[in-house]
Amino acid sequence: MKLFRMFGRNIRDAFKSVGRNFSLSIASISCISITLIVVGLSLLISYNVNNFTETIKKDVTIVVFLSQDTTEEELGTIKDEIEKFDNIASIVVKTKEEAKKEMMLESEIFEATMNTWPEEDNPLRDSYLIKVDDIEKINETVELIKKIEKVEVVDYGEGMVEQLIDAFKLVQRITLVIVIILIVVTIFLIVNTIKLTIFSRKREISIMRLVGASNLSIKIPFVIEGMLIGTLGSIIPIVVTIYGYVAFYDKFNGQVFSPLFKLVAPEPFIYIVSAIVLVIGIIVGMFGSGRAVRKYLKV
Amino acid sequence: MDFIDIKHVNKVYKNGVTAIYDLSLKIKKGDFVFVIGGSGSGKSTLIKMLYREERPTSGEIFLGGLNVAKLRNSKVYKLRRKLGIVFQDYRLLPKLTVYENVAFALEVIGAKKDEIKAKTLKAIDLVGLKAKTRNYPTELSGGEQQRVAIARAIVNNPRLLICDEPTGNLDPDMSKDIVKVLDTINKEMGTTIVMATHDREIVNDMKKHVIALKDGRLVKDFEKGTYDNEVV
Ligand SMILES: Nc1ncnc2c1ncn2[C@@H]1O[C@H](COP(=O)(O)OP(=O)(O)OP(=O)(O)O)[C@@H](O)[C@H]1O
Ligand SMILES: [Mg+2]
Repeated sequence: MKLFRMFGRNIRDAFKSVGRNFSLSIASISCISITLIVVGLSLLISYNVNNFTETIKKDVTIVVFLSQDTTEEELGTIKDEIEKFDNIASIVVKTKEEAKKEMMLESEIFEATMNTWPEEDNPLRDSYLIKVDDIEKINETVELIKKIEKVEVVDYGEGMVEQLIDAFKLVQRITLVIVIILIVVTIFLIVNTIKLTIFSRKREISIMRLVGASNLSIKIPFVIEGMLIGTLGSIIPIVVTIYGYVAFYDKFNGQVFSPLFKLVAPEPFIYIVSAIVLVIGIIVGMFGSGRAVRKYLKV
Repeated sequence: MDFIDIKHVNKVYKNGVTAIYDLSLKIKKGDFVFVIGGSGSGKSTLIKMLYREERPTSGEIFLGGLNVAKLRNSKVYKLRRKLGIVFQDYRLLPKLTVYENVAFALEVIGAKKDEIKAKTLKAIDLVGLKAKTRNYPTELSGGEQQRVAIARAIVNNPRLLICDEPTGNLDPDMSKDIVKVLDTINKEMGTTIVMATHDREIVNDMKKHVIALKDGRLVKDFEKGTYDNEVV
């Protein structure tokens, strides 16, 4: 009960104190805001890059062409054989007849040429379209498939896919490192700004000690003040995150450069990022003030 | 019964200066004590050890049965709640009014709202500052500011009021007023008062218990002493 009463008083005091040390508080708040904006941006970028990678990974298809003399029965047994491999997510059969129809639909030139082909003399080949579970192991899977009799060509855009994934991995690592560095820098800055706030209230703290305030009750107001500064500091970053991302998303119609690079849908994505930004702001503010007040509590 | 019992206390600061040598003395409950002595004689050091700002290097200090010398850092606040402390420089919060400054002492220990209000107004009344309740410290004279500090020190009905040169910054008339306020508190509330001072006139006027220090040693301990008696 007593703690509860003190907590209420402390929240009121935290607001008062932010008002009283206005310029100092504004400095800390702006400082947190700038960092949180970058943190928010990094989160948006890194999550989207992650998303691109996932999409591309899902999109990678192994195309297996079978030799001309493959019978319809063999088409089924080889399919069963491939399905038994570990890494196979799905396998679709595309017969030469289907391939022919598809191509004829694609262009008129194809259609004209292919119409002259007799039904039983289709030069195209039967094929499988295979998706894998783990893109990292695609090479091993391809090697296994290649060993099967009647398999003639295996095509999965090798090289290109790996390069793209490696590039994304690099981008992700870089953003992660930037986010971590920024959070460390923010904590450092907040520790110092709150130290300044505390320094300007050294007198108050010494009087609190003198009249018998416990260490905890001296610490709590500053920790609450730190949380308040963190919360206030995350307002602008959250607004920037929400409106900025929605505007960006709308401008590019939800994709950058090609349909392969689909942006993550704004909802609930932006709210999750905002919540993370807020939580980081609060924790960092709390942590900073807690650290900063410690040295003033020694007798 | 001895309220304060100091036994063979020595105090050596970290820099090697010995501020108090083998000090032993007793102070009775309800006593009004002046601690006198020249500059650097160890008055402030003794006072600081009473409210556990400093620890004796050796010896014991009992305060109402509690061994202050052995008190752990985390428990110091419990001692402070039973004491009132007044300094030469008032130590008020400039951004708070008289009322808020006094109430502050109760707020930070988590007192109830009604209790805070009643006790604060009573303390302000006792030091004669009722008319200035809503003023800020900068709008008050030195003597009035010191009364606010005294009100804050006694608002929680402490058993002991410790003052380190409370009249050090005041002219003789104001000093007399302050000592009168302290005397009233001593008489009406039965609060034990220990006051370090340089003020010859006050000590002579009051004829109270006088403890004289010289170079960290106790030189005189008189029940009804004066400054003139001393070799300070
Ligand atoms: N924190 C400290 N560290 C080291 N030495 C100190 C410290 N405080 C006081 N001293 C030394 O201890 C001795 C006693 O100092 P103290 O402040 O107790 O004297 P005092 O009687 O209060 O003097 P004054 O009348 O000038 O206030 C002095 O020699 C002083 O230099
Ligand atoms: Mg002194």
